[in-house]
Amino acid sequence: MSVGLTAPAAALTALATSLRAALSHDRVRTGSTELGLYARDASNISGSAGMVCFPLTTAEVQACVRAAGTHNVPFVARGAGTGLAGGATPLDDALVITLTKMNRVLSVDPVNRFAWVEPGVLNLDLTRQVTKYGLHFAPDPSSQQSCSIGGNVANNSGGPHCLSDGVTAAHVLALEVVLSDGSVVHLGGEQPEPAGLDIRGAFVGSEGMFGIATKVCVRLTQNAPTVRTMLMDFETVEAGAQTVSAIIADGMVPAALEMMDQLCVRAVEEYIHAGLPVDAAAVLLVEVAGLPHGLEADVARIVEIGKAHGAGTVRIAQDEAERALLWKGRKTAFGAIARIKPNYYLHDTVVPRRMLPEVLRKVYEITARHGLLVMNVFHAGDGNLHPLLVFDKAEPGVMDRVHAAGEEIVRASVAAGGVLSGEHGIGLEKRDFMSLMFGPADLTAQAAMRRAFDPLELANPFKVLPSAAACGDVQHVPDGAWV
Amino acid sequence: MGVIDLASFADEVGAHGPVTITGLGTRGGPMDEVRCVHAPAGIEWMQPDEMIVCCGAGTPIDELLAALAVHRQTVALPVGGTVGGALAVGRSDHRRLGDGPVRDTLLQARYVSAAGEVVKAGGPTVKNVSGFDLCRLLVGSLGTLGFLGEVIVRTRPLPPHSQWFFRETTDPFDVFTRLYKPISVLWNGTAVFALLEGHAADVAEQAAASAMSACEGPPTFPTGSRRSVTPSEVPSQTGEFVAEVGVGIVHHSLPCVDPTEGARGAELTRVLRYEFDPTGRLNPGIHA
Repeated sequence: MSVGLTAPAAALTALATSLRAALSHDRVRTGSTELGLYARDASNISGSAGMVCFPLTTAEVQACVRAAGTHNVPFVARGAGTGLAGGATPLDDALVITLTKMNRVLSVDPVNRFAWVEPGVLNLDLTRQVTKYGLHFAPDPSSQQSCSIGGNVANNSGGPHCLSDGVTAAHVLALEVVLSDGSVVHLGGEQPEPAGLDIRGAFVGSEGMFGIATKVCVRLTQNAPTVRTMLMDFETVEAGAQTVSAIIADGMVPAALEMMDQLCVRAVEEYIHAGLPVDAAAVLLVEVAGLPHGLEADVARIVEIGKAHGAGTVRIAQDEAERALLWKGRKTAFGAIARIKPNYYLHDTVVPRRMLPEVLRKVYEITARHGLLVMNVFHAGDGNLHPLLVFDKAEPGVMDRVHAAGEEIVRASVAAGGVLSGEHGIGLEKRDFMSLMFGPADLTAQAAMRRAFDPLELANPFKVLPSAAACGDVQHVPDGAWV
Repeated sequence: MGVIDLASFADEVGAHGPVTITGLGTRGGPMDEVRCVHAPAGIEWMQPDEMIVCCGAGTPIDELLAALAVHRQTVALPVGGTVGGALAVGRSDHRRLGDGPVRDTLLQARYVSAAGEVVKAGGPTVKNVSGFDLCRLLVGSLGTLGFLGEVIVRTRPLPPHSQWFFRETTDPFDVFTRLYKPISVLWNGTAVFALLEGHAADVAEQAAASAMSACEGPPTFPTGSRRSVTPSEVPSQTGEFVAEVGVGIVHHSLPCVDPTEGARGAELTRVLRYEFDPTGRLNPGIHA
């Protein structure tokens, strides 16, 4: 169950009437099955949805937001629900505004390389639609088959290839946004230097708390003429991590630089049979993309650096099929885990690259102390750790240990000069850890941003900012949160 | 180490009365008849293996570039003036096509607020989604939200080879569409100039494939105005101009009227400025 202020039944009934007047009846849902489905995102945190609606147009989103405001019911924008930090988990019987039916690619400019899309377009679908122009959408979260562009904007999503191409904020040129008062505002633009503050930039990563994006103009990236993908194995995790640092320090920025530890490699190999080196302590997946001469020089140098750090075998994908297989290993890691234990908790912190060996040692030490299995599969080039704690929820007391270990991992990452989250966001999961990184004045400034966009605090309230920086004095601690 | 004294800078900015800030005065200088402060200068630390550098906002960009060049790195800020000035103004130079906009360079800022407090925005790692992206709002805000004191910016490796090329053509996209990730493509109505970087053999092959010849550098930019247009409007430019193809910045010999925001956007800008500086004491009269 959730704790907090629940919208009065009368308000919800009145809201349903208003919404049904604006949207067709079948797109306003109040049944217990649907409310249960939309009570959480892909995190372990449950809340409570008062109602779920499915607008088709900007005008309908405006109508939904206005109705919520009229009846003083908070609203939560939701894309595909793949978020891992509880950002789309509704609290207190909020209205869930689901954008999945707004899923059209509106226009593509293949010459200047941008596209206007609706927020419900799936990340990989966009790339598929522009492949014929030799272009792609660069942010590629592991959930790219199912996550939406609107969700990518809300979370400023990353992915393996953001090492060289940057995260979502670098790929959003303009937004059409419905603010919590129901008005529509256009932020940024196709032109490079629109007038005023960079409100577009501030909106990206605002986790649904500044308004609802109803149209997004994204930058498209040229497909590389040549790509080389290789796998290197190491006898120690430290050697793999040091190789990562050495590659970057040498002046190269590979397209992707990913690492998997032994437990993860073994799980993946059992799952996809790609001939992965299951005896190695760690495996690096390195991808270099670009023009042929520079690419060959980089490959040679990376292999040299790997060997100098004790790399065993170096497997270079010989064709597109083998490259796809190596990537499948990386991207299906989370599916493979189900073969070991039924449940997992995926963490997301960033540390300076040179601290990777030390923080990874701590991650193993912390999880061992709490009697938990951990697998590491992560964006090593960015220092973006993803320790994956695997467990069986049925085991008594295990959740307490999972949360205790998670908190220690977050604290160790920040203590090493890192940050709370690299790509999953803060949501509810890390809200009360914000003070590890930010002081009262810093949080006050962030609260001021939020207030400027949403003075009524109706858009996805009680996320990101710890309660001292928000106005509420009620501690909203939904089931599953580790605060 | 420890060259940045933010506490003294905060004291200098104070909490009351109008105050303005200037660096080297290359981007407009301070407001007239308003008390003027200067941000701390100097490099606090460089971490070439992390590709980040921390410096005072008052550090001259030339000084930063020279220090980074020792490590064969650079920073994607327009040359001249100070780091803080480049960030506060937020205007890129002709390398924007390849390097990205100035706003993508800033990772963390410590600024002095209108209340005279030191406030931190962002974090020290390239990848970071911890909290709202206040850094993006600070870049281009012309000091109206706070005065930058100390910043962490991302660096990038210097390319092994860099060369300008040109070709006469009345179609700005002719060359543009044939090149893979050029650093700059400029068009003046009769010729395209392209800056290519990377492995020397790749640079030579790309230039040959698009029938370009090597040249000394970019054309001279007219200084009448700096216009921001959608990239698809570049081919329809007339008069004496140099346009950044794929970007939409047009350097024109004639002056122009600055663009304005839509009403709701302008209202958001006004409210944000009020939230950060209720009395309008920071760079009074400037409208970012």
